[in-house]
Amino acid sequence: FLVRLKTMKNTTDPSLGLYTRLNKAFFPFADSPGVRFSSCTPKVCIVGSGPAGFYTAQHLLKTHQNVHVDIYERLPVPFGLVRFGVAPDHPEVKNVINTFTQTAKHSRCRFYGNVNVGKDVSVGELKQAYHAVVLSYGAEGNRSMGVPGEGLAGVYSAKDFVGWYNGHPSCRELNPDLNCETAVILGQGNVALDVARVLLSPIDILKKTDITQPALEALVRSQIRRVLIVGRRGPVQVACTIKELREMVNLPGTKSEMVEADFDGVTEALKDLPRPRKRLTELLLKTALDTPGDKEQQRRHQASRTWGFRFFRSPSEVLADADGNKTVGIRLAVTRLEGSGEGARAVLTGEVEDVTCGLVISSIGYKSHPIDPSVPFDTRRAVIPNTMGRVKQATGLYCSGWLKTGPTGVIATTMNNSFDTARSLVEDMESEALDLSSVKTGSEVISALLEERGVKSVSFSDWEKIDSVEMSRGEASGKPREKILTVEEMIQVART
Amino acid sequence: MAAAAAVRSSMGLTLRLSRAIPDCSSCPLNRLKSCGVNPQSRGSFESFRTMNRHLQTSIGLCHSEEGSSNAEDPEDVVNVVYIDRSGQRIPVKAKVGDNVLYLAHKHGIDLEGACEASLACSTCHVYVNAEHFDKLPDPAEREDDMLDMAPMLQENSRLGCQIILTPELDGIELTLPKITRNFYVDGHVPKPH
Repeated sequence: FLVRLKTMKNTTDPSLGLYTRLNKAFFPFADSPGVRFSSCTPKVCIVGSGPAGFYTAQHLLKTHQNVHVDIYERLPVPFGLVRFGVAPDHPEVKNVINTFTQTAKHSRCRFYGNVNVGKDVSVGELKQAYHAVVLSYGAEGNRSMGVPGEGLAGVYSAKDFVGWYNGHPSCRELNPDLNCETAVILGQGNVALDVARVLLSPIDILKKTDITQPALEALVRSQIRRVLIVGRRGPVQVACTIKELREMVNLPGTKSEMVEADFDGVTEALKDLPRPRKRLTELLLKTALDTPGDKEQQRRHQASRTWGFRFFRSPSEVLADADGNKTVGIRLAVTRLEGSGEGARAVLTGEVEDVTCGLVISSIGYKSHPIDPSVPFDTRRAVIPNTMGRVKQATGLYCSGWLKTGPTGVIATTMNNSFDTARSLVEDMESEALDLSSVKTGSEVISALLEERGVKSVSFSDWEKIDSVEMSRGEASGKPREKILTVEEMIQVART
Repeated sequence: MAAAAAVRSSMGLTLRLSRAIPDCSSCPLNRLKSCGVNPQSRGSFESFRTMNRHLQTSIGLCHSEEGSSNAEDPEDVVNVVYIDRSGQRIPVKAKVGDNVLYLAHKHGIDLEGACEASLACSTCHVYVNAEHFDKLPDPAEREDDMLDMAPMLQENSRLGCQIILTPELDGIELTLPKITRNFYVDGHVPKPH
């Protein structure tokens, strides 16, 4: 096509950008006055191939019979947090991959992996090539505690720790040191509980999951026997859900240890709580306060590992050893609650408490990053400002998933959120709020651009080769898959 | 993993014992390509037709259906009405043993089943009409745990993948919750009311 490029009029004019030249090569009449194609195939691109991207695509394809959807993903492999976030011992949650696979294989859907939007191609170029762009690239960063010592060896964000045991290429070198007895996790959401559970699960359970081999080996050698899960508010404000709490309570070989005083007043508060919170709090109370029967006593006696929630504690400093390199403890500020229920706030009392530990994991929230200066971004809340998925002060730009609503919620939440955005987009297509009158070249021009820039995208069938290799490697060791840990190797397999 | 293997082999055995024709298109084992039943041997099933028999795996995953040429046994028919998210009533003739989630899929009703009936999500959340709600067996603890995560939880909420039709559920009405457009931007989940 380079020959075609050079022989077409107007395409060798160096004053025109590469994009415009390519566009003219493919569509010589597209910007001539008076030439309009009235029933263009609507072309939409989605940035990010996690649940948000796929559910948005699914809904678009279902409700609009002509739309073509292209999904761009930075990594060679799709599925986002379903692959890199969901815990290895929760394989049923990953069943949703089958739905996403059907979507990817839809005749009007194409997957382009290994394309970094913002670096390999800009949002502006995507907007020119497509009628609409949906940003659903999630939250790749994390909130920081903002305390001294946060940079010490032995302190990790939960996002990185989870990425490490789930095989995210960017977390491969984490090498957390698990040679200490106590780990402290800040935050009490489901991610915190996942981390606690992975740290304390019997190896016999973990070795049959898709946890990465290096992480498994590190956990075999791990000295960690006690995990404290710390939150600045109280038992009624804990952010995890009952399924995950039950898994901790029932984790073989472990017993819980809580501070009874932390639960003062909680039983009285129960009657006013909505059902989900009530059931969760009842389980928490039972775990913390009930006197165990004989069988349970025996089980606890035999347990070699402990875990517990610690409430009304907020990190104020990570403490280092004499050389100032390694973590030896964490200083926690004591808080008290003002107000009650969901809206209760933690207020410092001035007291502190030091806890000896060698591993600190902060699980206080993921955070989205801006992708491109041309896209509006709310830096305070770290989301893209939008109304029902339509990006504010922009046309043809939409967002779905955590990028839209903030980084909380399970797959079902993201599904609803993405369907909502897709609905807004389809409404705009049908009401002509979105201009569908000009032909858009979609992936033809973007692929050409990428090739020009030396970027080789990975197709969905390429991913299936990677998938197949991972599954067959896993079979050898009784695991559902052995994940490939580097982008280079993923691409190498994709090219076979 | 062992459970999946047991399901696969029990499926094959159940089919042979019950002499029924499986409907592979709606079965998640087929989608996962982990079904042990050889489709080429379907022809041999034809010769032993008995009454309408409807199979499910031991965890209520899959239902099978007789070919359409036989007259329906009226005792096996269960009338179901789905009320979709736009309020449209969709009556469906189902059979005893059908799974509400897969029945919905079969009739093109947009009830998602992200975790494929393994009690690991809440995407198949439905409201059951009052008259039939009490006729359902109580939810298992695991179902209640997942229901707790469903947006717009109500007293009559159930997970569709856990409802298996029985004759006394004839006339049941299942309403798909409206997907709210009022999403709290900070991810706050509205309290159930």
